[in-house]
Amino acid sequence: MLTTQNNSNTYSKLLSISKNTFREAVRDRVLYNLIVFVLLITACAIFIGELTAGKEARTIVNFGLSAMLFFGVFIAIFVGVGLVSKEIEKRTLYTIFSKPIGRGEFIVGKYLGLCLTLFVNVFVMGLGVTLALLFVGGGNLAFTVWGAIILIFLELTIITAVAILFSSFSSPALSALLTFFVFIIGHFSSSLRDFAENLGSQFAKLFFGAIYYLLPNFSHFEFVTNAANGSVPTFPLIGGSLAYAIVYIAILLSITIIIFNRRNLK
Amino acid sequence: MVEIENLTKDYEKGFWKKKKIRALDGLNLQVEGGQIFGFLGGNGAGKSTTIKLLMSIIFPTEGTAKILGEDISNTKMHSKIGYCPENPYFYDYLKASELMNYFGELFGLDSTERKRKTEELLTKVGLDEKDWNKQLRKFSKGMLQRVGLAQSLINDPEIVFYDEPMSGLDPTGRREIRELIAELRDKGKTVFMSSHILSDIEALCDNVAILRKGKLVATGNLQDLLNKSGEIQEFEINVKGVTAKSLENEISKISGATITAKPNGANIHVTNENDIETVLQINKKTGGNLVSIQPVKQSLEELFVQETKE
Repeated sequence: MLTTQNNSNTYSKLLSISKNTFREAVRDRVLYNLIVFVLLITACAIFIGELTAGKEARTIVNFGLSAMLFFGVFIAIFVGVGLVSKEIEKRTLYTIFSKPIGRGEFIVGKYLGLCLTLFVNVFVMGLGVTLALLFVGGGNLAFTVWGAIILIFLELTIITAVAILFSSFSSPALSALLTFFVFIIGHFSSSLRDFAENLGSQFAKLFFGAIYYLLPNFSHFEFVTNAANGSVPTFPLIGGSLAYAIVYIAILLSITIIIFNRRNLK
Repeated sequence: MVEIENLTKDYEKGFWKKKKIRALDGLNLQVEGGQIFGFLGGNGAGKSTTIKLLMSIIFPTEGTAKILGEDISNTKMHSKIGYCPENPYFYDYLKASELMNYFGELFGLDSTERKRKTEELLTKVGLDEKDWNKQLRKFSKGMLQRVGLAQSLINDPEIVFYDEPMSGLDPTGRREIRELIAELRDKGKTVFMSSHILSDIEALCDNVAILRKGKLVATGNLQDLLNKSGEIQEFEINVKGVTAKSLENEISKISGATITAKPNGANIHVTNENDIETVLQINKKTGGNLVSIQPVKQSLEELFVQETKE
């Protein structure tokens, strides 16, 4: 039997931890409520569409994708900051770390589990938007909208990594607040750079310049308005955004693991 | 099996973390295999801190420790150990069987083995089959303790670490878990356990270590420790047909002797073997009858109190 135990590799451990994280989220009723809520919002969008004659499909895309991002961010932040801190607080980590699990494996497994949850969430919401679009006769948009949905999902995976990073060294409330700030600033990143360039003070230029380069630039993932107009993100845009997300997430998770590896779990 | 060398842990306190509290102070300990090792100490003595250090839940300020010849920082070694923390708390959204399955996965057991082990161990710790598929949030403290012990054995470990394993169990449960722990030793496993319940330690353990304020104050074979500390022997003489009051005057003249009233008689304690004869003469003179004379062995409780007092 020991032979079987030794065969346990990192991949299967990551799979087990992420499966369990997903199961936790699924058994959390809030997640179901959110899905139902977004479906209701989509239904409302149809109603609003009737008021704005001829622009039903555009309204649905704008409304549906914005709601998808909003609820996705909500889950990424509030579930993300609790991924590690809840386990420390409830001492469930005591038994986990007595198993042959490295702290890095645990962090990555938890992260992937939440990404899987977000994927399912975004996918179900995307189906809701597609169905709503088909319902109002926006046939073409029902398919082109998925490009923007992919970008929303990629943005959420970065926000989740930010939330885990903050929660590895600060309280859940502070982590949630800081992650929310990063989300907001990340969307105004370009404005921040322009603002820095127009400032007289050298220090202010350096400060805002540093924030611009350090914080994630979410403008790469903004495609809701374009999608509403029927545009499809190009492959270079999706590929570039994917590469950006992978590199950024890898850096954030590496920092999280370095911090968590040194942390005493009281 | 377990080698601990100068293990020290300071906890940092205060906003700036400048204040340090020493929870464990230079612990040196060797635990051989195939035995039940008792780890004793009052509240805050450093027992749980030691076990958490061994499990790499917290990190030492100084010193090193090895389990099965491997440094404690090597988590691969965890495939051969089991652990049940004090008042175990698990994912409460999981069912008992799901938790066992999850932990089995973390050890890389295949699904058939996980299912077999889950059934075998949940039965062994006395968890009713109807509770196997209940969410852990509905479990009592005692039931969680049983699940905690079951999960610690899913990988068939060579050594298990139990922090207060009898906590939360009723007398029947305690007895069952005592039997389980004894069975582990009979199978050649090593059990490293801390407990406040000294009668359990006395009944189970081969060797013990006693901590006080983070420092090791005694260690060794339990019987040897009890005998060694019991050098000042005490004898108990039970008599009947007399009252304690009628003997009190004469007995008080014997140095170190005490008398306690009992129904239809009295108990007299003397610390010197030569005084037994004197007590017997006093008793005879007063008209009492001898019931028994027995040496009083020091209990683990007395040893514990003696070693852990200021």
